[in-house]
Amino acid sequence: MKLKDTAKAFLYLFPALLIIGVFVIYPMIKSFLMSFYADYDFFNDVVYRYGLDNFIYLWNDEVFHQALRNTFIFVLGVVPISIILSLWIALMLNSITVLSKFFRTVYFIPFVTSVVAVSIVWRWIFHSNYGIMNYFLGLFGIDPIQWLTSTEWAMPALIILSIWKGLGYNIIIFLAGLQTIGDSYYNAARIDGANRWSRFIHVTLPQLAPTTFFITIISIINSFKVFDEIYALFDGQAGPSNSALTVVYYVFNKFYGEWDFGVASAAAYVLFLIIFIFTLIQFYISKKKITY
Amino acid sequence: MKTSPLSKTFIYVMLGIGSILMLLPFVWMISTSLKSGNEVMIMPPVWIPETLRFDNFVAAFEKAPFATYFVNSVIVMVLSTLGEVITTILAAYAFSRLNFWGKDALFALLVGTMMVPGEVLLVPNFVLLSDLGWIDRYEALIIPWTASIFSIFLLRQFFLKIPKELNYAARVDGCTNFRFLWSIMIPIAKPALITIILLKAIGSWNAFLWPLIVTNSKEMRTLPVGLTSFSTEAGTVYELLMAASTMIIFPMIILFIFLQKYIIKGIAGAGIKG
Repeated sequence: MKLKDTAKAFLYLFPALLIIGVFVIYPMIKSFLMSFYADYDFFNDVVYRYGLDNFIYLWNDEVFHQALRNTFIFVLGVVPISIILSLWIALMLNSITVLSKFFRTVYFIPFVTSVVAVSIVWRWIFHSNYGIMNYFLGLFGIDPIQWLTSTEWAMPALIILSIWKGLGYNIIIFLAGLQTIGDSYYNAARIDGANRWSRFIHVTLPQLAPTTFFITIISIINSFKVFDEIYALFDGQAGPSNSALTVVYYVFNKFYGEWDFGVASAAAYVLFLIIFIFTLIQFYISKKKITY
Repeated sequence: MKTSPLSKTFIYVMLGIGSILMLLPFVWMISTSLKSGNEVMIMPPVWIPETLRFDNFVAAFEKAPFATYFVNSVIVMVLSTLGEVITTILAAYAFSRLNFWGKDALFALLVGTMMVPGEVLLVPNFVLLSDLGWIDRYEALIIPWTASIFSIFLLRQFFLKIPKELNYAARVDGCTNFRFLWSIMIPIAKPALITIILLKAIGSWNAFLWPLIVTNSKEMRTLPVGLTSFSTEAGTVYELLMAASTMIIFPMIILFIFLQKYIIKGIAGAGIKG
């Protein structure tokens, strides 16, 4: 082995490593450095001084605080509801045979469609005068809601759209998890006289813990990164008076709107840090709890 | 598990209601796309238009260069998928079958970088592409997306499941590494490759933030970027907006319905392994 094999392997790895090196690893490091650019000339790529200025700016920036707050509200709004709904639907799908595949297809369709296109469709659904959302609510005697033009309803509208869009993905993963639970567990539980609810609590839920853990992490991470939906739903804005401004939207505004690369990179690294911490917490909890 | 007929009925009713809610936005989209301007602004809403106005689609094509956007989206999707498949096969083969110095460390490094959100890479990548003079060119839309750590990971896992004995047998027969990969590994790994291709194609077709940032001119826009700029221009002409949305959404729904076996397998498989 050794040198000749390493050289040979390098030929196989070269194309992938070139692309990943240039467009993933290098920008990762560069972005980290950029977040410490305190005084720089972007056009000539000269940095006069490194420092914490960008992070201090974020610490004091009211708009960034709002972006953080909105992002947390979004995550808290989407993740629990989406997980409970998708688990419930997966359990129902798992207990039927006829039409099961058909339903699975239907629930998954939103996931493969363009976020931008469906968000524009939802913009029309949420239209305060002629949208079907207010029409259906009106059938129950609820007054028209200013979904996309009021600061208090912009976030709920975004959350509803996101739950609808991502439900199918969670269902598929829950279904895969449910199929790995052997019948023997259920049979044993039944012999012990466990009813449906206690079978769910004592067999299904613990057996499903690793799957739930995975879905929770993925959902949290993806929700922290929300952007496309907002851009399309509010037509290139972050909602009325920034009511749907999220961290990625903030990065986008700083970078593409104000060309402030230092602050944009610092904000992106704050996002990365938050995601990283959540992953660690999840990991720690799951190591403690998932034992059967 | 046995379920009583009563709760079976309940399950079907609930799943049925849920399906209607999932599909309603699409029905509303198609219905609106075929309406006249007057029918759009009516309360209570009209579900089936009096005459089906297919010319809304023609009108959308005339108002914005959707044909160009469409061609761009197809070019970007095909070439970036092709590139990714090639780099993925070669790298996955090296990681699963070849022995080389620093293999485990390199693989760990790559898997570790999957944790870094793509948004972190946005600014430096933009600067890099500006320096290369690739902004507003196909290169910027395609080349950064011709390798994926996730796909390498997925295919490596699949390659590892193929018995090593095949390697030895092939070597005895005087088969080179490359021929072995080409004529034995790839045919066996076809399902995994189809999954990778489909997930990539869907992702590329729907991608938004990157194409938005690296394109300036109308001639280079992809469909999602073209749709958002059209929506800013067309504003409240919802029948045209819905016609344009239908054009973007439908190809992927059809692709999914025919090839869902592979897509679902890929997602469920990746999910279980984590």
